[in-house]
Amino acid sequence: MSDALAILRQGRRRRWRRRLLVTGILVALALVLAAALLMLGNTIYPAQDVFRVIMGEKVTGASFAVGTLRLPRMIAAVLAGLAFGAAGAAFQTMLRNPLASPDIIGINSGCSAAAVTCILLFNMSGAAVSAISVLAGLAVAALIYLLAYGREGASGRLILMGIGVGALMDAVVSYMLLKGSEYDIPAAYRWLTGSLNAMRMDEMGSLAIAVAILLPLALVLARSLEAVELGDETAHALGARVERTRILLILCAVGLVAFATATTGPIAFVAFLSGPIASRLVGTGKPHILQAALVGAALVLAADLLGQFAFDTRFPVGVITGILGAPYLLVLLIRLNRKGSSL
Amino acid sequence: MPTADAAVNAASAALPAKPASPAPASFSARGRRRLAVGLGLLALLLAAAASLAVGAREVPLADVVRALFGSEPYSFSELAVRERMPRTVLALAAGVALGVSGALMQAVTRNPLADPGILGVNTGAALFVVAGLAFFGISSLGQYVWLALLGAFLTAVFVYAVSALGRGGSTPIKLALAGAAATAAFSSLISALLLPRIDVMNTFRFWMVGGVGGAEWESLLVIAPLLAMGLALGLAVTPALNALALGDEVAKGLGVRIGWLRLAAAAAGVMLCGAVTAVAGPIGFVGLMVPHAVRLLTGPDQRWIAMLSALYGAVLLTTADVIGRIVARPGELEVGIVTVIIGAPVFIAIVRRYRVREL
Repeated sequence: MSDALAILRQGRRRRWRRRLLVTGILVALALVLAAALLMLGNTIYPAQDVFRVIMGEKVTGASFAVGTLRLPRMIAAVLAGLAFGAAGAAFQTMLRNPLASPDIIGINSGCSAAAVTCILLFNMSGAAVSAISVLAGLAVAALIYLLAYGREGASGRLILMGIGVGALMDAVVSYMLLKGSEYDIPAAYRWLTGSLNAMRMDEMGSLAIAVAILLPLALVLARSLEAVELGDETAHALGARVERTRILLILCAVGLVAFATATTGPIAFVAFLSGPIASRLVGTGKPHILQAALVGAALVLAADLLGQFAFDTRFPVGVITGILGAPYLLVLLIRLNRKGSSL
Repeated sequence: MPTADAAVNAASAALPAKPASPAPASFSARGRRRLAVGLGLLALLLAAAASLAVGAREVPLADVVRALFGSEPYSFSELAVRERMPRTVLALAAGVALGVSGALMQAVTRNPLADPGILGVNTGAALFVVAGLAFFGISSLGQYVWLALLGAFLTAVFVYAVSALGRGGSTPIKLALAGAAATAAFSSLISALLLPRIDVMNTFRFWMVGGVGGAEWESLLVIAPLLAMGLALGLAVTPALNALALGDEVAKGLGVRIGWLRLAAAAAGVMLCGAVTAVAGPIGFVGLMVPHAVRLLTGPDQRWIAMLSALYGAVLLTTADVIGRIVARPGELEVGIVTVIIGAPVFIAIVRRYRVREL
């Protein structure tokens, strides 16, 4: 018996160590990518210049290029990546379906439609746009949840509902783009694909606050998710308050998605990709919202680097993640079994 | 819960899989079909007349008739009507094509959610057209009609193959998701092609929404043979599709060559929606809604479903175009947006009606 216990303990310790290692590596990777995003550009600045700018010193040339142009871009990439990654993992874990990420079930489209309407139709900006986008995201989530609620196989139904609602929201976005004047269009394309272009420092405030509050909250709730992942009945038996946990997490995740979308647009597939990558890295069985958030940040940073420097034209980050993410979705589909629920 | 679902389903009309009720129903079914055809033709006439009369300038119906059948010289109103004629014809033709295309695709895949929009076929056609515009300097419709068709066909095959691979074969959920994935990927590629080319982007953003506003007689002439071929082929295979609805084995037993049938029906469906997409841009959800609505009237006979889908597809698309012109006066709401706004709730209703096991 004590042998079995020892093996169990050893296994747990090994998994814990792996988790720690993966988290460390992801943090390091995100830092390296973030530094690269600050250093690279039309002019390449060495690391010490970048560091001095961040510390608040005046460096000729670098102060503007790094401090005003690249720093907000980098911060937006990191924050949006964290938000999308965490929200995606939360949805996927909660609904026990890797396909149920907010970008596939239409929540991103809802936020995007609200934001683009506010900006192009009502000439609003800043915090008001974020707030309305959050409300729209919550409304879309509630709508999908209610439409799919209370029936067998709710998760599969929820995905289909989401695709339908998403199509509706995309139509709103296209309509707004048609109405927009010609010079607004490249900027408005952000709301179709997601982009980090022309970020300003003062736009980061609401997103930063949202991530600072909602991400830890999601991590705390993740412990209750552990029980939920075993199935509703099991979770009930173990004493988890399934509905409450679920609603809190939906609110949390939708909030993260909405704030990020209001700032950068719906960066395609980041929410969808981060969770599965994180769980592959960490190993199975545990909620991995923190790791997924880090994967999300690394993904957005890497995709933005690719989009900016790998081709002749500078592509917005969403184009790159869209092209990268779709093949993975197809692989996932091919491996999906008939019930459409698990892999 | 099966009982709860049964109650819900009983409230709505019979599922297509259920056989029509016995003897007396066959009479009433015939009556219902006649009624459906009659109402459809009436609605078609009204929609076409409205499409000619409504717009930035209102034209009284008498002038519409004079413009159609009278001779020169035309008054200003009559000229406006004659200007609107290609648009009306395109709306009607596109509606017919998309309705039949949806009916064929749903029958071939035995999947209630098959639709050119859901399958990503429209976006695939769009991608090929954009690639043609961007790389090969293609500008005339005669050239990019073929690109659109090629794109539509490859995408349809690709999406269906992805959803059919793996355990369990193709299910509505997998089909819808494979379509969504393909749409997302192609949209990203389209953005990648468009963003560096602001001039192409500008023409393209109007095409991308799907509208019949830019119709001209020349473009209609280009796609007319394709539409005719697609319709003929599509209507020719519908009797065999009835056998296919009974299952592959039964159909084989009845002497249907399944592989060829599938290919022919899919080719007809893709030809129809590809040709429409080339001229009018992607118009979603018409092919999804119309066959479902029509099935409530006709029962499961594919011949009737296809024919009535043609009729009501035309009615729906033309009406949607008129609505788009009325609600956004003096401008207009593109028909592709109107059909999505009508169609997405219908899609949701369809998903709610079927039990997940059936999906």
